[in-house]
Amino acid sequence: MKDWRFVVRQLVRNPLSLMGLILIVIFIIIAIFAPLIAPTPEGHQRPYMIPRDGYRAAPEPPDEDHIFGTTQGQYDIFYGVIWGTRSAFQVALLVIGITLLVGLVLGSLAGYFGGIIDEVIMRITDIFLAFPALILAMAIVAAIGPSLRSVMIALTAVWWPSYARLIRGDILALREEDYIEASRGLGASSARVILRHALPNAIYPTLIMASLDIGAVVLAAAALSFLGLGAPEGYADWGQLTSFARNWIVGPPGEPLKHWYAVTIPGLFILFFVLGWNLLGDAFRDIFDPRLARR
Amino acid sequence: MELRAYIIRRLLLLVPVLLGVTLFIFGITMLFTPTQRAMLYVRDVKQLADMPAVIERYGLDRPFVVQYGNWLGQVFQGNLGYSKVVSQPVTDAIFQFLPATVELAIFATPLIILLGVVFGTTAAAHKDKPLDHGTRVVAILGWSLPTFWLGLILLMIFYGFLTGFLPPGRLSVQMDLLVNAAPFIRYTHINTIDAILNLNGAVLLEALRHLVLPVVTLTVVQMAFIMRLMRSSMLESLGKGYVLTARAKGLSERVVIRKHARRNALIPVITVSGYVFAGLANGVVITETIFNFKGIGWWAWQAAINLDIPSVLGFALFNAFLFVLVNLVVDVLYTRVDPRVRLGQAVQ
Repeated sequence: MKDWRFVVRQLVRNPLSLMGLILIVIFIIIAIFAPLIAPTPEGHQRPYMIPRDGYRAAPEPPDEDHIFGTTQGQYDIFYGVIWGTRSAFQVALLVIGITLLVGLVLGSLAGYFGGIIDEVIMRITDIFLAFPALILAMAIVAAIGPSLRSVMIALTAVWWPSYARLIRGDILALREEDYIEASRGLGASSARVILRHALPNAIYPTLIMASLDIGAVVLAAAALSFLGLGAPEGYADWGQLTSFARNWIVGPPGEPLKHWYAVTIPGLFILFFVLGWNLLGDAFRDIFDPRLARR
Repeated sequence: MELRAYIIRRLLLLVPVLLGVTLFIFGITMLFTPTQRAMLYVRDVKQLADMPAVIERYGLDRPFVVQYGNWLGQVFQGNLGYSKVVSQPVTDAIFQFLPATVELAIFATPLIILLGVVFGTTAAAHKDKPLDHGTRVVAILGWSLPTFWLGLILLMIFYGFLTGFLPPGRLSVQMDLLVNAAPFIRYTHINTIDAILNLNGAVLLEALRHLVLPVVTLTVVQMAFIMRLMRSSMLESLGKGYVLTARAKGLSERVVIRKHARRNALIPVITVSGYVFAGLANGVVITETIFNFKGIGWWAWQAAINLDIPSVLGFALFNAFLFVLVNLVVDVLYTRVDPRVRLGQAVQ
């Protein structure tokens, strides 16, 4: 508890991490209140599909109806980025949640039992870590068919090994601790020792790491969506909104920056979102890095 | 001799990993039914009649192990299947598109490492001063930037706003005709190098003009990682006894930092060069896609959106293979650079 107060004080005192916190809070508010900030029009059935105002190809500049303008295909940019915040959190929380679960289970099995189980699990992580992450994710998505669900499956597949390794290392380090020995000596089952004694003492660094990975997951998902491998057309998704602008980066002669809003706005949302998590993550790393601590 | 034994052992350890990689890749293709897999190559409705024969001939309905064995045998012979998007074998496609990507890497890698090391050192030397905060902000910004968005913004400014100053692609249409015609000899298919070898200044300039934006995009995003690592490594190094000794001897701060602290701080940076490779490999797909720079990343993207599965999986396999080799080289280098690390310890 005392530790946490120290951490929070450090975070608030440092202007950079404070900014990160503020950014994250803003995005959480946007995600929660999306239906109030960008109300779904009457009769529009699926709130995650961006409403369109006509079918003309070229983006239209901001006006009263569309305060951020419309992008290719007349999708409303404001509606898209606001609801896109929700999609971003959904993807990130699902991916992080599942990867954590898989990582925790496999990592603690490997760390606690050691031997052949450890060997097998670690060799499997080796296989996944042998690929550059985005390339493996791309291959998986392409193979199982582009969709938002595929993106989440692919990101889970490339992400879990790092958590499994972290947890394994931490469990391995405390396997020989007296309290573990003691509970084993008292006849506790392996499951009980792992769940009640080992994990609660090993889990925190990984939990923090994982929560700070939200930014990275969103960035990777946005990249896949941008490449055309993610959400279906018209889904509120930052990566896809950015890709809509690809054909409009150069305006007609005389007005080269005509469609700037379609290019910049969705990207800025991704940038600020990821930036928020990274600012916080950077501060955390400094606080927890004992080699650099309070020097 | 010890080194050779170490390398051999490492290579042997690679075998199970690479087998696992192939098993995984092959496993993905097995998500499809035999018909679906044969379907990938159907171009004409009339061919559908031959489907059972094709499945029979290539053993697409045989047990997993048999098919995996057949496939692996083909992979060993360099046959990764047929790339639909470019109408040639996957292996040929990789070699055709590789030079462009190598060209990007030739320019980006030294920049990433050099700038990362320089900024990281500067930040550490001015810890908690404005310079340190400035570089930190740049680093965090760089690594939060969506590569694809940065590329679009750069194009909007340097191609759109500055009317065609730094264009996408690898060469203009005329130049492309020129380099592929008679007097110009394509030694390497790397435009800048070929231009120098052919003593053709115009081609060189044109190639460089097309390289600036993709290289900048790759560098900005990948540099941040090295910069942060270099900073913390430098801070650690600056706290060591040998730095104190150097200072006590009355050496100038410049010499202390450059000769004493930085040399030692570079060691961890070498160990992560593998990550630089991975970062580049990931970055290249997006960068080449945005800038229409036709390297293997661009090809892989084309394949991915056109459901050209053999190409995508071949590309992934190729990358995994390279990545694993790069990591091996890095570990060997590490033992050379840091005599404290004995061979074998570096494995873990």
